[in-house]
Parts: sequence; C-alpha cells; structure tokens
Amino acid sequence: MPDLRRATLLLAAGLLAASALSAASLGAPILSTPASGTPALGGPALSAPTLGGSAPAAGPRLGRPATPAGIAAIDISIGADGAGLPKGSGSVAEGRVSFAARCLACHGEAGLGPDGGAVADRLTGGVGTIASPRPIRSVASYWPYAPPLFDYIRRAMPLDSPQSLSDDEVYGLVAYLLSVDGIVGRNARLDAKSLPRVAMPNRGGFVELIPRQFDGNLDRTIRDR
Amino acid sequence: MARTTGNGGEDERVAGGGLLHRRAFLATGALSMGALGTIARGGTPPASMAAPGGPLSGYGARASASDTIQRRLPARIDFPGTGSSRTPLDRLEGTITPNGLHFERHHNGIPDIDPLAHDVLVHGLVQRPLVFRYEDLLRYPMESRILFLECSGNSGALNAVKPAQVDAGRLNGLLSCAEWTGVRLSTLLDEAGLLPEARWVQAEGADASGHVRSIPLDLCLDDALIALFQNGEPIRPEQGFPMRLFLPGIEGNASVKWLRRLKLMAKPAYSREETSKYSDLLRDGRAELFSLRMGVKSVILKPSLGLDLRGPGYQEISGLAWTGRGRIRSVEVSADGGKSWAEAALTEPVLSKALTRFRIPWQWDGGPATLMSRATDETGATQPLRADWLAKYAPGQGYHNNSIQSWHVDAAGRVSHIYA
Repeated sequence: MPDLRRATLLLAAGLLAASALSAASLGAPILSTPASGTPALGGPALSAPTLGGSAPAAGPRLGRPATPAGIAAIDISIGADGAGLPKGSGSVAEGRVSFAARCLACHGEAGLGPDGGAVADRLTGGVGTIASPRPIRSVASYWPYAPPLFDYIRRAMPLDSPQSLSDDEVYGLVAYLLSVDGIVGRNARLDAKSLPRVAMPNRGGFVELIPRQFDGNLDRTIRDR
Repeated sequence: MARTTGNGGEDERVAGGGLLHRRAFLATGALSMGALGTIARGGTPPASMAAPGGPLSGYGARASASDTIQRRLPARIDFPGTGSSRTPLDRLEGTITPNGLHFERHHNGIPDIDPLAHDVLVHGLVQRPLVFRYEDLLRYPMESRILFLECSGNSGALNAVKPAQVDAGRLNGLLSCAEWTGVRLSTLLDEAGLLPEARWVQAEGADASGHVRSIPLDLCLDDALIALFQNGEPIRPEQGFPMRLFLPGIEGNASVKWLRRLKLMAKPAYSREETSKYSDLLRDGRAELFSLRMGVKSVILKPSLGLDLRGPGYQEISGLAWTGRGRIRSVEVSADGGKSWAEAALTEPVLSKALTRFRIPWQWDGGPATLMSRATDETGATQPLRADWLAKYAPGQGYHNNSIQSWHVDAAGRVSHIYA
C-alpha cells in the first residue's frame, strides 16, 4: 500500500507543522488537538466515475480534525426543514417592537420597502401577484420556506450590525413579518418546532433545474434558426 | 481608401453593410497616417530620451495616461459596501481583466481578513470533518485555469423598455476573465470522505453578510477550485482574499468569496440568495431555481457607445464571447441589423469557460449601420433574440440575459445602444 504509506508520511508532516503553530492560531475552538485526529486515514476515496474532468491530485492530507463543539460554534446555517434552529422563541408583539427599533428605518413601515418610500427590500405584501403582469416579490409573496428567513435575519441583519440580534429577537421578527400578511396569526409565537410548520403561500411556485444540469438559459440550437 | 489582400476591395465583402472576410487586412496606409508624433518633429530628442527616467518600485503602477480607465461605479449607493462596480470592458483589450479592474459585487462590504488566522471547515455529510488552514492549502497541489466570471445579473439593463444609453462596461461589465490558481475542491472533499447521502455543498463566506449558497455536489466534484491566486498574485480583498470558491462557467454569486465553511448536505438549504434573489421568474409565475450555468453570449466592444467612429473607411469590429458550457465555436457579426451575417475570427487560444476575443474587418461606408454579434458554443447553442428572451421571463426578471445586443452607428459615426 504505497499510497497509504505516503499519506501517513504526509500526515505526520502535517502534524509536525500543526505543533509548530502559535498558541493564538490554535486557540480557535474549531480545532481538536492533532493527537486525536487519527481517523483521518483509511476512508474510501471517491469512486472515479463521480469525478468529472481529470481526477484531482492527491493532496498532502493536511486537514485537521474538527470537533463537534467547534463545528457547532461556526455552523449557523438553518435548513429549509428547520434543521439547526436554536432554542428560544419570539412573538408577533415582541417582533413588532424589534422591527421598529432595528429594521423600520431601512425597510419602512410594515416592511413595505421601496413601495413604502424606504430604501431596502420589500418584505411584506404582494401575495398572489407572482403570476400577474406586475409581480411583487416579497418574503411573504415569494419565499418557498419560512426557516430560511430566520437564517438570513440572524446571519446578515441588520446591515450595520449583523449577528447582533438574539435568537429570541429573530424569532419575534420572523413572527411579526409573517403576521403582516396573515401567514401566521396576530398572536403567534414561533420557535424551532412551529417555524418549520409555517406554510408559505408560494411554496409550489418553483421549478428546480436538476434534470437540466442547472442550465435554464434560453439558448436556441442552430436548427431553430 | 483602404485596400484588402487577395482579390482586393469588393471581392472580400462577405456580408451586407461592408463586412469583410475575417482574414482581410490593410495593405498600406496606416503608417503614414500614424507618423505624426515625435518622429515628425525632428531635431531635438524627445524629453524621455534627454534625462534619466523614474526609479524602480516595489509594486508597479500603470501609466498615468491610463488612470481614466476605472471600474464603473453606481451613480447612487444607498448602503456603502453593497452593490456592484463594473469592469470597463470597452476600455480594455485582449481577454484578461487586470486585477484592479475586476468587477465587484459585495453584499455587505469587503472584510479585512488575516490569512494566518483564517481557515475553512469541511463538515456535514463527511466521514471526517476537517479544518484547512490557509497556510496548509498553500502546500497542496495547485492548478491554474483562465476562466471567466459573470454575475447572473449582468446585462440586466437589457430589460429596460428603452435601450439604456450607457457604455458597454456599464451594460455588461459584471464580467471578467483571469487566471485563477488554487486547489481542486474535490481534493479536499476526497480527504474528508463523502458519505453516500451527500448531494449538495453549502459554501459560506466570512463577510458581514455571511454570504451562503447551496451548490450541487456534481459541480463541486467537476472542476471547482478553491482559488488562492488571481493573475499570479494572491487574490484581491474584493475577490475574496485569502480564498474564494471558483465554479467555472457558473453564475458568479455561487463562487463564494472569503470562503470559511463547506457543508455537505443531502438537500439544498433554500437560503435567501438561492430562492428570493437568484431565481428566474417565468411568465407563468413559476420560478426556476438553481439556474446556475451561464449561457452563450457575446458583446461588441469596438465600436460601442462612447467609442465613436472617426470617419468612413476601414474599421475593426471586435468584442468578447463566452459560454458556461465550454468553448466558443463561432461568432457571427452583422452590420445590417441582422439581415446578413459574417463569421468573425477568434483569437487563439479559444479556452473552455474563458473569454474569447473575436475580430472582423469592416469597410464602413459612412451611412447608418446596426452592428450585432451572435455567438455559438461547442454544444451548438446560440444566443436568443431579445424578444424571445423577454417572452420566457416575467417582467423585471433580470438574471441570465444572454440575448443578442446591438449598437447603432449614425452617419456622423456616433454609436448608440439600440434594440434591433
């Protein structure tokens, strides 16, 4: 198994390099100690048929094992099914207060965006207009799933201070925004269990291009001319 | 008047409006016209030869006369750090975009990242979640490819009811081409070991928008790179320093900059950028999701708006063509508004998923003319007419506009944008 032997040597070289890193750079919680990283060898390589083009060069295998705690600390993504939603909750009433304080200045009254004289995206209204000659795309009218709204607000909003909202505040904001168009009730409180159950009006409005190799371009073939 | 080789003159005309065969060229005439500079003055040597020149420098700067070549910035910026600047395509030649003129599209500013404190996590449906430090990636086998990058919102102004009277850079400058060097993404995925259920890769940036996209695993295993170098030097901060994902032929938004995390998943996350933003709304109210591949496209840059003709006679028409599916097979040019077409010469090498320069000589008779270009790629796909493109999509849908573009030349040589 010359490949394995070579990989072992390269891994050893990697561990040596790791031990020489400064304490500060190793301080990131994502890294486990290199000594615990023995399972890095022995896994099956990708089978050749799944690789397009030329096969990749075998790397020196310098990746360091990541700990579950380290991963949890930086993986802030939420699945469309709600996977990853944190503990906590927020109500429409609480969200209305947060919206006034943190969102209204850019997104306008009730999240009407430019249509309400504001500069940032429209978040509400327009439900039922998507197939009309004047489609109005808002969170309410267009988004297929509700949990990604939590994901986006938590990671990116407000623009001048992203990731500064608490999870409870984000739940509240989601509840408030969805309440404007009646997608959730006026007294709703959302959490990790209830948010994935919210039915978005345009859930069935999308066509995925997987069978067409992610190519939606309107190109004609020569024969069509 | 200009002469052409071969049988000369009229025999070289290959299409209406004065288009000449792509191999035709000027026999004489240009030298005497061009000899008006220092040589014509005679006598004393030019100043540049009469005194020592400037000193060495650690990082070169371009000629001061070129300082007017700038990225096209938006007229209005509501939120500094968001929006885009555009490559001034009409002021450049060849196919490679200088690093300082590569278009920008940011969602909340350019982060300032210490490369020695930056790493990228590969996790999710893998056998071994791994962390790769920037310094480690520099020790991996690298590959270099010349590749175009285009924002899927490029040329979105073609949606406007009236043709926008802006230059080719403002119209089409969310487009660049550079030599990108980095590590194959598949090398890192192989090292982490994919679990059988893995179908998608979520890529996330370390910027203030936490920019995130779900990318089909097939694309990641094909020719995707983690790019570390751009035209030979470490990639620029506005291009994702210290590292970015680079997906050849795929809409630019998915080539996540300031890459910090790659999560193997069974399904997409349907995050905001891939549903509410980068989806293509159709006339019937449905929207296409994950329309990632960039279509076949071309644009004439010379002449174009702002680069007026100085008089009748010989001109070179040139521009750029590209396709996300591979190589450009041919580019045809019309000088009579699409009534007749002639094949342009493609400057070698014609590379897969890179910009290709096309050129064709033109004998302009001084009358009004409408110039158009139409590219066909190696799959046989060719650009649609603007009307056909508009018929597919909902009003206001501006992504993936690869329809045929037109410039009008009036009798004074002025160039304007036109829908033909």
